[in-house]
Amino acid sequence: MEQALYAVKQKIYPRAVSGWFASWRVALVLFTQLLYYGLPWLSWDGRQAILLDLAQRKFYILGLVFWPQDFIYLTGLLVIAAFSLFLFTAIAGRLWCGFACPQTVYTELFLWIERNIEGDRLKQMKLDRQAWNIEKIARKTAKHTAWLALALWTGFTFVGYFTPIKELAISFAHWTLGPWETFWIFFYGCATYGNAGFMREQVCKYMCPYARFQSVMFDSDTLTVTYDSSRGEPRGPRSKSTDRHAAGLGDCVDCSICVQVCPTDIDIRNGLQYECIGCAACIDGCAQVMAKMGYPRGLIRYTTENVIKGKYPDSSILSHVLRPRTLIYSVLLLAIVATLGMALISRVPLRADAIRDRIAARETAEGYIENVYRLQIINMENRPHRYVISVAGLPGIKLADSSPLVQVAPLGTHDAVVHVQIDPGELSTRSSPVQFKIRSLDNPDLTTTVRSTFLNR
Amino acid sequence: MSDFVSSFWSLYIAGITVISIVWVTWFLKTQTTRRLAANEKAELIEKAWDGDLQELNNPLPRWWLWLFYLTIVFGVVYLALYPGLGSYKGVLDWSATGQWQQEQSKANAQYGPVFDKYLKQDLKVVAADPQAREMGQRLFLTYCSQCHGSDAAGARGFPNLTDHDWLYGGDPETIQASIANGRAGVMPALGAALGEQGTKQVASYVLSLSGSKHDATLAAAGRDKFATYCAACHQADGKGTQAMGAPNLTDKVWLYGGSEATIIETITKGRNGHMPAQLDKLGNAKVHLLAAYVYGLSQGK
Repeated sequence: MEQALYAVKQKIYPRAVSGWFASWRVALVLFTQLLYYGLPWLSWDGRQAILLDLAQRKFYILGLVFWPQDFIYLTGLLVIAAFSLFLFTAIAGRLWCGFACPQTVYTELFLWIERNIEGDRLKQMKLDRQAWNIEKIARKTAKHTAWLALALWTGFTFVGYFTPIKELAISFAHWTLGPWETFWIFFYGCATYGNAGFMREQVCKYMCPYARFQSVMFDSDTLTVTYDSSRGEPRGPRSKSTDRHAAGLGDCVDCSICVQVCPTDIDIRNGLQYECIGCAACIDGCAQVMAKMGYPRGLIRYTTENVIKGKYPDSSILSHVLRPRTLIYSVLLLAIVATLGMALISRVPLRADAIRDRIAARETAEGYIENVYRLQIINMENRPHRYVISVAGLPGIKLADSSPLVQVAPLGTHDAVVHVQIDPGELSTRSSPVQFKIRSLDNPDLTTTVRSTFLNR
Repeated sequence: MSDFVSSFWSLYIAGITVISIVWVTWFLKTQTTRRLAANEKAELIEKAWDGDLQELNNPLPRWWLWLFYLTIVFGVVYLALYPGLGSYKGVLDWSATGQWQQEQSKANAQYGPVFDKYLKQDLKVVAADPQAREMGQRLFLTYCSQCHGSDAAGARGFPNLTDHDWLYGGDPETIQASIANGRAGVMPALGAALGEQGTKQVASYVLSLSGSKHDATLAAAGRDKFATYCAACHQADGKGTQAMGAPNLTDKVWLYGGSEATIIETITKGRNGHMPAQLDKLGNAKVHLLAAYVYGLSQGK
């Protein structure tokens, strides 16, 4: 017999579900998307509050302007994101996947549109089965139009983070977009359309690396979406009036609602699987059935492996949240947050580089040894500054220039040529370290020091 | 790369590439299904280990397989269009050099007019234009500062361009000629002709010309030798000849240094100053701007 190693994709029609976790997901979808679609429209000091100007290599985030030299802060942010993910996963499983991941969020939005136009699970399946007619064409056209509109808006918003969104809106309306803006709006739009409309769970199951290391982030005290098989089995259908205990049945009525609502089409009753994105739709679905049957809820619930094994009751789950793993993650997370916060507070928006002229040291008419440097001064702040330059490092070292005062425009760079002179008697070696100090006249905190070398002839 | 010019290596690389593509396609085709052993269940990868642990077989979706085929198609199309199969140049005839030339000519077309604007203007007019001066400074920092310094004040062996002392003349046209065609300043070695004592005498005389500290007796003895050996270039009065770049020895400006030891070294071994010609590299417009900038450097002082 032959076995196919590649299977034709089965379309999944997740059934709509309501309940506590579903409400949380709606809340998070609204929160993240209001943030995403809204942020680029905010203004700050007369410009866009968040603007990642790649062409000018300036990154405006609220009152701060970041330069490529500040990329270390991005590293900090990514490390914080990583440790938050570790911490949340260790405590309560794939919270990220089920509630905040863009793939989930946009799939939810697209599913919502789909349900409003085509109806819920059964109606969708029926519509897909039937032959093409006016109604099917109308519904499908309406759905794809709505999907494409949302996808395009998403792509447009995405580009709005990199190019001023108000100007972008005007040129979009007049159809005068630049080639790269057009490309990225449509590329990101198509990616949204394809991922949320068609790929859906395929992304989680086959592409996302996070699913692959789910198992190493979990331990026996991690809260996961779990089917309580000791309570549920043996499963089987029964009428509401049957006494399940007398009939020898568990609480599971085998209604398969948990499978129907699952966006990745798994049966949670088979145990934890890597496809489970922890969206808890099955918990909400099962809770409704349990309520209808008059059984206690929680046949499928957030619980830990140790509870299922009978090591401690559900009521003491909270006391197991604090354990070495979560403590270490928390401490590291707090340390990095604190470090990044301190670094941001003490950040000096002034940078300088000292480039010594390649020419050999020269001797001035007064008998001094002179070196020439180009000081590249970068004013990283959005207002002009006047800086005073001084030199130190050797006794009697001085600047020959009469006015070592430099005016640098907002977010500007200035090359200052300075002449450093010293009496040759003070030089004992061929090369000595020197320091240039650049200090703002209006704000003494705005000071930086750069190192260079002074060469004897 | 001279080891790889024979056509064998081109065929070798092309052969490996083609065989790999064919093999990968065949391999992919044959690996889409698997023959099951007797009693083997398709859903399970392993029967069981650790007592009850079983792993389910999750076949990849078919579109994934199509992605693999798509990469093969992409590879074939790419190799047809671009160089990659040995020495085959590809249908598009693309090359890194060609691309560079394209971008270069695009940049020239874009920025050329900015420089050309000043080409028709007189150098003195250009020197007075603040925008031209800014552009000139940038050009100077890029092409000239390595030798003459960021401040153009020069160094040992490289003339100061900010004073009024010129080896070849400081009028705008001469400066432009110096930049465009370069200069070769040759001072012949006179050590053998003058002898050690003679060299010392001439050095003292040279020092006396600029009013520096010197030995009067030696200088007096060097006077005649200077007239014989040095006056042809530096003139009888030591004021030099700009036509041949012979420096003026009566001021305190020294190209290589004005100490007695340095002057003795200069006379003994001679000097070879070399300013490279820039016209071929930079073109007329940039040389014009640079000349104006350099001319303007000493005008304010």
